[in-house]
Amino acid sequence: MKDVVLLSGNEAIARGAFEADVRVAAGYPGTPSTEILENIVQYSSIYAEWAPNEKVAFEVALGAAYGGARALAAMKHVGVNVASDPLLTASYTGVNAGFVLVSADDPGMHSSQNEQDNRHYARFAKIPMFEPSDSQEAKDFTVRAFEVSEEYDTPVLLRTTTRVNHGKSVVRLSKPKVNTRGRFERNFCKYVMVPAHGIKRHAVVEERLIRLRDLSNSIDLNFIEWGDSSIGIITSGVSYQYVKEVLPEASVLKLGMTYPLPDKLIRNFAGKVKTLYVVEELDPFLEDQIRALGISVIGKDRFPRIGELNPTLVAMGLGVEIPKQEAETVPVPPRPPTLCAGCPHRGFFYVLRKLGAIVTGDIGCYTLSVLPPLETMDTCVCMGASIGNALGIKRAMPQDDSRPVVAVIGDSTFVHAGIPGLIDAIYNGTAITVCILDNHTTAMTGGQNHPASGKTLRGEDAPRLDLVALVRAVGVEDVYIVDPYDLASLEAALRDAIQAGKPSVVITNRPCLLIDRKIKRKAVAVNLEACTGCGLCFKLGCPAIESIRADGNRRKAKINADLCSGCEVCIQICRSAAIQCEKE
Amino acid sequence: MSNNTMNIRLAGVGGQGILVASEILCDVLLASGLDVKKTEVHGMAQRGGTVISDVRFGPKVYSPIVPEGKVDILLAFEQMEALRYLHSLKPGGTVIVNEQRIFPSSVALGKIDYPAEIEKYLMTVAANVISINALALAKKAGSVKAVNVCLLGALATCLNIKEPIWEAVITEKFKGRNLDANLRAFELGREASLTRDLKLGVVIPK
Repeated sequence: MKDVVLLSGNEAIARGAFEADVRVAAGYPGTPSTEILENIVQYSSIYAEWAPNEKVAFEVALGAAYGGARALAAMKHVGVNVASDPLLTASYTGVNAGFVLVSADDPGMHSSQNEQDNRHYARFAKIPMFEPSDSQEAKDFTVRAFEVSEEYDTPVLLRTTTRVNHGKSVVRLSKPKVNTRGRFERNFCKYVMVPAHGIKRHAVVEERLIRLRDLSNSIDLNFIEWGDSSIGIITSGVSYQYVKEVLPEASVLKLGMTYPLPDKLIRNFAGKVKTLYVVEELDPFLEDQIRALGISVIGKDRFPRIGELNPTLVAMGLGVEIPKQEAETVPVPPRPPTLCAGCPHRGFFYVLRKLGAIVTGDIGCYTLSVLPPLETMDTCVCMGASIGNALGIKRAMPQDDSRPVVAVIGDSTFVHAGIPGLIDAIYNGTAITVCILDNHTTAMTGGQNHPASGKTLRGEDAPRLDLVALVRAVGVEDVYIVDPYDLASLEAALRDAIQAGKPSVVITNRPCLLIDRKIKRKAVAVNLEACTGCGLCFKLGCPAIESIRADGNRRKAKINADLCSGCEVCIQICRSAAIQCEKE
Repeated sequence: MSNNTMNIRLAGVGGQGILVASEILCDVLLASGLDVKKTEVHGMAQRGGTVISDVRFGPKVYSPIVPEGKVDILLAFEQMEALRYLHSLKPGGTVIVNEQRIFPSSVALGKIDYPAEIEKYLMTVAANVISINALALAKKAGSVKAVNVCLLGALATCLNIKEPIWEAVITEKFKGRNLDANLRAFELGREASLTRDLKLGVVIPK
């Protein structure tokens, strides 16, 4: 490999883990964190796995660190919510070998259900936090995080954002340093958090935080770039890059370690500049703490707390003039994401829509069913919430409301956080229908394996979690296996499941087309003479079905053969038998 | 704002190979000894949404995102996407556009019309417009998937980077028959745009 390469932040974190001699890495896929583990797996010295969810991933990595091996857990910002239970106590136990939690936040919500700022987790858990601003720093900070973790006996939060995770920039590679592996040493007072032990460890945590503050004041990741002293800017992460782009002549305090904040360094800097700005994305995390030091700053009154920053927004906030654009904006039709042509979810939602059910949804490709024309999803909160929400809606229903309540959840999401909800349905006897849309992969993040897909992160064969047996073991008596491409039997099964009057489960059985490309069949075509232009097939929202102007300027359907995957769902809904298989 | 950074924005539709193209471009620029940064917005675009990737290069690049109105070259993989990001072009900027049209759902269903006379409008705004039929050229080269590399061939005519560097990076990226098709697509894209009467105003900053 060359010494100077272009890496994404995620590739750089994986490289950093390798250079730091990490031995165990675990995670659950989620944009923008997914590629960290997908790249770590190329280093044979690291055992890497997809865990069923982020809490398990965190606990696997933490256990490895207890066992004396450097370990990393990677997840997206909302994944840390799932892992937060062990996180807040891991702060008390500390580690044995280095332990780093990577939180990939998504300002701008490119692919997330909320925009939370996970810097608060460092403060909440009282652990140190590093925030890289490009790929070089992503790699270097990963290595440093392991060193600090061991020196201070603490988990370390490496907090990134989409722009760092998915941006590419130049990285100088180093040779990996071999680290001596420890072994697990029994220490009840440190690792067994019964109240009597925990109360003593809390004191250790508070004392550690004071020492970490001293480190933050002296560490070379926090530094001042002196320039014009009339403007001083405190910034971190990718915001630093925007500041340097917009105002290269200003004095900048660049923070790489952002928790605990370097109070002395900040006071020193603030005392030497005339006007002090804080430029940070999302919450006023630095700003509030700096104000608490008694220092007045300009911050969120000038920079938005919603969405991503960019050079233009930073320029506006700093009062830097932006040259006026010459090109005028013209209206362009939007291009929203859609279920792929031939996606097995499409027929399922088309049929479900006909039943007039209240549909609680979940996180995955199928969430796109909320968009026109399918519009068949009434709630979407977080992984696994479809089932819990369905239970609550069912229990709250007035007697005169007879709508069925149906939860839809993907296979990966069901394994992640759906199983306890289903157990609740059985335990408390709540008559909802849970539909597990099993496409054999974690589709929305690009097709990662999971316990029910039959493959590991390394692509090796694994026992395939038997969803039917699992659902039965939990106590569901009415289980329907359906082919989502066969609309008639799908509808019959859904109606039966809904009318069961007790908890029921419907499982679909077609794989994601993007994962299993071999299954593309012959495209179908429209016989324009038979097409009445009724427009029913447009209700599927299939990208392969296009509207054309036929004789008398009527709109008729045409199938784009380049896009059609031959699922034949549209054939089944055409009333005039105008859509046909292409004959050889 | 710093002026010695060059900005290229690649825009198109999920599935057109935009991210692979921007990776190839970045590797070519890195091999030319420049500081390079790239970023992309693809959200859930694997499902047919709009995709953009910004590539910035020069002696030292800070922000990975191109500031508003600072794009030197807009490389559009689809006509309507050229229109969508035209506002980001700097005065005197170049648009390279693939003549291919991909309908979003609202257009496919006949609810909205696909914008008319896009090329004409581009000409009124951009200083240079190179319009090529990359899909036809890619098919001619032997792979419909080589649209992206065909467009890179057109882009290459605007950058003073030696052809062997492009060839080396493309060779590293593809294998076998795919490689032949992509090398051919690159060449066809280059030839098609060289036949245009074009002011080559873009040079690599030192």
